[in-house]
Amino acid sequence: MAKRSAPEVNAGSMADIAFLLLIFFLVTTTIETDSGITRKLPPIDDEQEDPPPLKERNIFIVLVNASGELFVEDERMEFQDLRQSAIDFLDNGGGQGDEACDYCQGAKDPKSSDNPVKAVISLQNDRKTEYGRYIAVQNELVAAYNELRDREANRLYNTDFTDMEAAFNDPEYQGDKDKLKERIGVIKELFPQKLSEAEPKKRN
Amino acid sequence: MSKFKKKGDGGTPAISTASLPDIVFMLLFFFMVVTVMRDTSLKVQNILPFADQVEKLDKKNLIMYIYAGKPSPRYQETYGTEARIQLNDKYASVNEVQQFIKEERQSKREELRDKLTTALKVDKETNMGLVSDIKQELRKVEALKINYTTKEGEATLNLE
Repeated sequence: MAKRSAPEVNAGSMADIAFLLLIFFLVTTTIETDSGITRKLPPIDDEQEDPPPLKERNIFIVLVNASGELFVEDERMEFQDLRQSAIDFLDNGGGQGDEACDYCQGAKDPKSSDNPVKAVISLQNDRKTEYGRYIAVQNELVAAYNELRDREANRLYNTDFTDMEAAFNDPEYQGDKDKLKERIGVIKELFPQKLSEAEPKKRN
Repeated sequence: MSKFKKKGDGGTPAISTASLPDIVFMLLFFFMVVTVMRDTSLKVQNILPFADQVEKLDKKNLIMYIYAGKPSPRYQETYGTEARIQLNDKYASVNEVQQFIKEERQSKREELRDKLTTALKVDKETNMGLVSDIKQELRKVEALKINYTTKEGEATLNLE
């Protein structure tokens, strides 16, 4: 007769215990990726040199006042119309000669911006403006830029600008990153994001 | 020769599941290591506004968080309802922002310092005055890359 081996400790339930722990960690931890609107602040210039003069028609003033009302070029505007009017302004392309814009599809109104390269959106707010509203407005303005950039990217490269950027920021992207960077650069040059966030003023 | 004689009884041996716990433990450790527990406990109300034109913030270790909003209900007795800034675990005043940024920079490797982004997690009911003060301080200390952290959703949700 073979000698009886000592009975093995049953490890079958160890897996269950480990699974329990695993599921606990899976459920309780949230891998949260933060997302938001990325912006760049202007550096503080020590020597206050005068900025190059901007023509009145190249500035698009958006003001959110203390009670959250929206004023565009000193006129009251509904929030829903902001994106379209920003697009109209940027895409106007009313310039002549050197300042002409050959890819703009706007109304070419001489009273509006000459060229997207020159057009500046100035976002102003009061100290009492609510942050949520401010972000909403900023979101619309960024959306206007993205929409125009998407249009150009579709025209030139048959892809969305936002997709290109997402691919560029993706570390696992397989394609040619240098080419992508160059293309993004081209689009950014066509519609540079000139969104100035002024320091809040006291307005009465 | 019976030395190599099979001593089994002929039935198929059961597949050993002894390595299953090891595999599961490996997974467990993986999740324990990669998940970052929040190291700051929020002392301010922090309902983020919505936006849909967002970019993702990867590289968690290159982000400095600045929270702002009015104190959470249990602190309101002591601190009132005026919106405040929170840095790390405590309330801070506006002029402490510069020091905070400098300290955060010091703690990072040199080649990564200019890649730092400041994430502003600001409650949507905060007044812009406070946000502008923070932005002004960030400009002074040359932390120019900022991100207004938002939830994903239609921007019109902010207006309600």
